[in-house]
Amino acid sequence: MTEAPLAQPPSDFRHEPSSRGTQPIVQSLLKVRGLNAWYGESHALHGVDLDIAAGETVTLLGRNGVGKTTTLRAIMGILPKRTGSVRLNGREMIGTPLHKVAAAGLGFVPEERGIFASLTVEENLTLPPVVAKGGFTVEELYALFPNLKERRRSAGTQLSGGEQQMLAIARVLRTGVTLLLLDEPTEGLAPVIVDRIGEIILEMKRRGMTVLLVEQNFRFASRVADRFYVMDHGQIVDGFAAAELPGRMDRLKEALGV
Amino acid sequence: MTMVFGVPVQALLGQLLVGLINGSFYALLSLGLAIIFGLLRIINFAHGAQYMLGAFVAYLLLAYAGIGYWGALILAPLIVGLAGAAIERLALSRLYDLDPLYGLLFTFGLALAIEGSFRYVYGSAGQPYAVPQALTGARNLGFMVLPNYRGWVVVASLAVCIATWLAIEKTKFGAYLRAATENPTLVRAFGVNVPLLLTFTYGLGAALAGLAGVMAAPIYQVSPLMGSNIIIVVFAVVVVGGMGSILGAVVTGYMLGLCEGLTKVFYPEASNIVIFVIMAIVLLIRPAGLFGRTA
Ligand SMILES: Nc1ncnc2c1ncn2[C@@H]1O[C@H](COP(=O)(O)OP(=O)(O)O)[C@@H](O)[C@H]1O
Ligand SMILES: [Mg+2]
Repeated sequence: MTEAPLAQPPSDFRHEPSSRGTQPIVQSLLKVRGLNAWYGESHALHGVDLDIAAGETVTLLGRNGVGKTTTLRAIMGILPKRTGSVRLNGREMIGTPLHKVAAAGLGFVPEERGIFASLTVEENLTLPPVVAKGGFTVEELYALFPNLKERRRSAGTQLSGGEQQMLAIARVLRTGVTLLLLDEPTEGLAPVIVDRIGEIILEMKRRGMTVLLVEQNFRFASRVADRFYVMDHGQIVDGFAAAELPGRMDRLKEALGV
Repeated sequence: MTMVFGVPVQALLGQLLVGLINGSFYALLSLGLAIIFGLLRIINFAHGAQYMLGAFVAYLLLAYAGIGYWGALILAPLIVGLAGAAIERLALSRLYDLDPLYGLLFTFGLALAIEGSFRYVYGSAGQPYAVPQALTGARNLGFMVLPNYRGWVVVASLAVCIATWLAIEKTKFGAYLRAATENPTLVRAFGVNVPLLLTFTYGLGAALAGLAGVMAAPIYQVSPLMGSNIIIVVFAVVVVGGMGSILGAVVTGYMLGLCEGLTKVFYPEASNIVIFVIMAIVLLIRPAGLFGRTA
């Protein structure tokens, strides 16, 4: 197979990412410019630019290993070695100590879910401090995830994979953060659970939350996303609105190797 | 006289009590070590020095401020804990990104410096510290005579161990501590000030050592070397219990104290090494320790 066309963005693309989306973004909730990040000496992100408006759900696509997880970790500040600019509501996050990032409104659901084995389900759920009003209450979350209520006294890691993913999401919803970074929430889960997670994301949208989602599952992503970014080699190489997805499907599938 | 396995019951119970008292100190000390190791991943070689400091602070409070045992029981752990917190903030916290060996070496050097300074000023001989008035005397339990102070040590250390365990297992602070022990970065990303938690935890571990030191003062005297004598055994306790296991540290502390006592009755020659023999066997059979999670 010849080189995927998406791997060759116009050279000026990195500097004007918003010109690529169909709707021009008036006011970004999250504005990332020239984000570089390293694992030790290994340079993993090469100038990532992206914008997310308040209330949007944006999906980040890309093959395995192109830097999607790294992008979320660099935005969050979990990856300390980074340069560039990450502005949340105009406030610069680079240089902000990691434990103050949540209070600025960023919530993180890691790819590996990060459920604590030595905490019960309920302790896991209530662990992250509430940072702002408007989050889900524990009662609301238990209504949304009845399994978690049933098993609230079990150790967190005794839950099934799907339940652990629900718990990882529920736990951040309680805190009242405005922007959620969600890394491959459907990875390895059964279709019914994937549908359930889709409903949850739609419910989050209804409540005005903003979501940056990393996802490999197109069908799932197209149900929830307003816009897409495509990553390759540690850069954003394309961006388009959800309405353009059907027309691009074939090209995307080829570019993403799915 | 009643005999068990050819040993007078009186002697057996007497040594078991000595074992239980030693075990109380092992438990208190290994509890602090386990908490520190669990969260900071640092083997706190200064733990014995902090125990010794607790005893010396009690001694100095009495000598220079007229503050007796009960005041020292509160103040000495507080002072040793604050000193520990300061050391974590100023020095240990700068070593977290390096190989854990640096933390170990730093605390080892710190222990040598503290113990050396006290030996320089006070010599190696122990200073006596009187049993508090309220706990002098002894009571006859029928099968043996129990000095009141020793009974108090057993009860108080058990109470402190249980309270600490409950605080870790049942409170919000404990949940932060357990979670940060598993994945400090994620807990920090949730907005918990983990660096402060580390400082507090090191201070807490040091304070527990200081508390053990105050309780030990009337029994073992106050000497600059009291910490280095006991800490090697306590490390063995932590290894047998399983590095970082809180419950393991406490249970193993009492258990090995009793084993030591029993050995004194049946085979006194081995009483000084029995704990290390057990450690070697446990390491061979269950390298993660009796209560450790096998990864
Ligand atoms: N902890 C790590 N240490 C070193 N390199 C890493 C680490 N995590 C990821 N990488 C590397 O960074 C690149 C991007 O990885 P990642 O962001 O996980 O990709 P994606 O999420 O898109 O699959 C890959 O080349 C990967 O090998
Ligand atoms: Mg990934």
